[in-house]
Amino acid sequence: MTASLASSPHQAPAGGLRPSESPSVVPPLVVESVTKTYATRGRHKAPVTAVDDVSFAIAPGAAIALVGASGSGKSTLAKMITGSERPTRGSIRFGDTAVESLRTGGLREYHRRVQMVFQDPYGALNPLHTVAYTVSRPCQNFLGLSAVAARDRVFELLETVGLTPPEQFAAKLPHQLSGGQRQRVVIARALACEPDLIVADEPVSMLDVSMRAGILRLLARLREERGLSLLYITHDLLGARVVTDEILVLNQGRVVERGQTKYVLQHPGDEYTIKLLDAVATPYAAQESPSLT
Amino acid sequence: MALLEAKAVNVVYEPNRGQKIWSVRDVDLRLEQGEFVGLVGESGCGKSTLGFALTRMLRPPAHLEGGIISFDGQDISALEGEPLRQQRRNGFAIVLQSGMNALNPVRDIAHHFADIFRAHARDGEDLTSGVLGTRGAALLQSVQLDPDVLGRFPHELSGGMRQRVSIALALALQPRLIVFDEPTTALDVIVQGAVIKTIKDLQAKNSFTAILISHDLGVVLDATDRVMVMYAGRIVEDQPSAELLRGPHHPYTEALLGCYADPRADEIHLGGIAGSPPDLSLPQTGCSFAARCPLVEDVCRSIDPELTALGSGTAACHVRAREFNAQMKVRS
Repeated sequence: MTASLASSPHQAPAGGLRPSESPSVVPPLVVESVTKTYATRGRHKAPVTAVDDVSFAIAPGAAIALVGASGSGKSTLAKMITGSERPTRGSIRFGDTAVESLRTGGLREYHRRVQMVFQDPYGALNPLHTVAYTVSRPCQNFLGLSAVAARDRVFELLETVGLTPPEQFAAKLPHQLSGGQRQRVVIARALACEPDLIVADEPVSMLDVSMRAGILRLLARLREERGLSLLYITHDLLGARVVTDEILVLNQGRVVERGQTKYVLQHPGDEYTIKLLDAVATPYAAQESPSLT
Repeated sequence: MALLEAKAVNVVYEPNRGQKIWSVRDVDLRLEQGEFVGLVGESGCGKSTLGFALTRMLRPPAHLEGGIISFDGQDISALEGEPLRQQRRNGFAIVLQSGMNALNPVRDIAHHFADIFRAHARDGEDLTSGVLGTRGAALLQSVQLDPDVLGRFPHELSGGMRQRVSIALALALQPRLIVFDEPTTALDVIVQGAVIKTIKDLQAKNSFTAILISHDLGVVLDATDRVMVMYAGRIVEDQPSAELLRGPHHPYTEALLGCYADPRADEIHLGGIAGSPPDLSLPQTGCSFAARCPLVEDVCRSIDPELTALGSGTAACHVRAREFNAQMKVRS
């Protein structure tokens, strides 16, 4: 981790969650020459190539950022990695599993190991269910825990994501929570079935700037403490810098630049990366040397 | 004379009988002709509600509870019906956060312009479709859109293009004041930068008065001349943008600035603000930021600080006011 973080006020107590029973090595995810084209109907009949020949791998415990503007293919890649879309060409392997050939049963087991955190915490939670219910479902469905055991685990998970006291948050409905708290619930739900990889698609873009740092810190900490692999999809370069160590810049479906996050951001080679960096609205952009208090 | 002046403005939401949420509390502000001012704060701090109140757009369950809003010397806080419409004719316009979804999906863009021109037509104004087309095309060009867009439907346009159309619609009657309420929140960074630049250029060229409402201090500092920071329904700091960046007075502003860092820096220290804003349905005692403030003292919990002049701007903070006064004494 190259970026140091200020001490978190949301730090959960040490040992909030037990590690998985068997310390199994996380299988690395390998994405090889993946291309996805969509046929379009109507006036413009040319097929759209959303992702064009993209390859990368995520090692156990590594975090990679996929960065690009709208329409650059980031989310299409995420859908293929989580198995909800199939690549037109190329392959995605997770350990020995060929993700593109998974069907219902296999896909279910795969989803225990690969979980997703979505962009919109307002739309990702069922408004009629309490936090406890939402977070306990994956514990019961994927881990086969009893209702009582799941309840204990829900408290542990809520503590891990900084929703303390957990007893109080467990009984709440989504509308009683702020956006940042909802996103923490979404993360707790993703952690519930002890996944090896979390795919986070713009997890902070809908949150207030003041809430973002807390979520970014949480993701960085989970990665360190639990050896989770993380695929962080964003157009927010600051978030990418804080959470990941490797970065892939996508433009119109192609990887235009890749490398160590800090290095790429300090020495951007591609015009598109420079454009993205310039577009970041940071109050310090105009200053020569950034000095933070 | 100020173009827009607000005195002791309070806005209350009454979702249920007997339940009152004080969303905007005792706000005073003054906007000079041609100023570009930013209004910043977290979700729920009342910044959009204030923007709505200033343009008389509040709808139940929200209503003004006391306070005076004067536009160009005329009190508009109680105007209704036709006189209010007359003020809107070329007084003020608002560009909404959901502006990109505010276009009628079954009508082309030309219809949207024609609708405005017809609704606010003056006697003897030429409203033939040729003239309306030319006027619409000119407006689209001013927001860097191709005149061909007139013939298109909203679903054929990207989010950034739709937001540009909304801005062109707001410009249609050459208002003297435009409120931009989170105009770029739903757009990606590159498009956001371009839209903000368009707004900035238009403001400089047409010298209308503008208020930019956003939760993103980075965007606001980038675009505006002066920034007002809102917290829990009150303005807690008001400073020229450049000075605010160099020396924020209020601890809340300081904390907001701490949420940003340059992704290119060698070391990144990213702050956040712990806790959450107070419940505005409960009566507030003392400074509303006290519970999250690193500088909090006893006095902060009992007495609500007033906005006081601190050098280049104003801020509502006991600690900072005392420090400033001590400094002044040393100097004199």
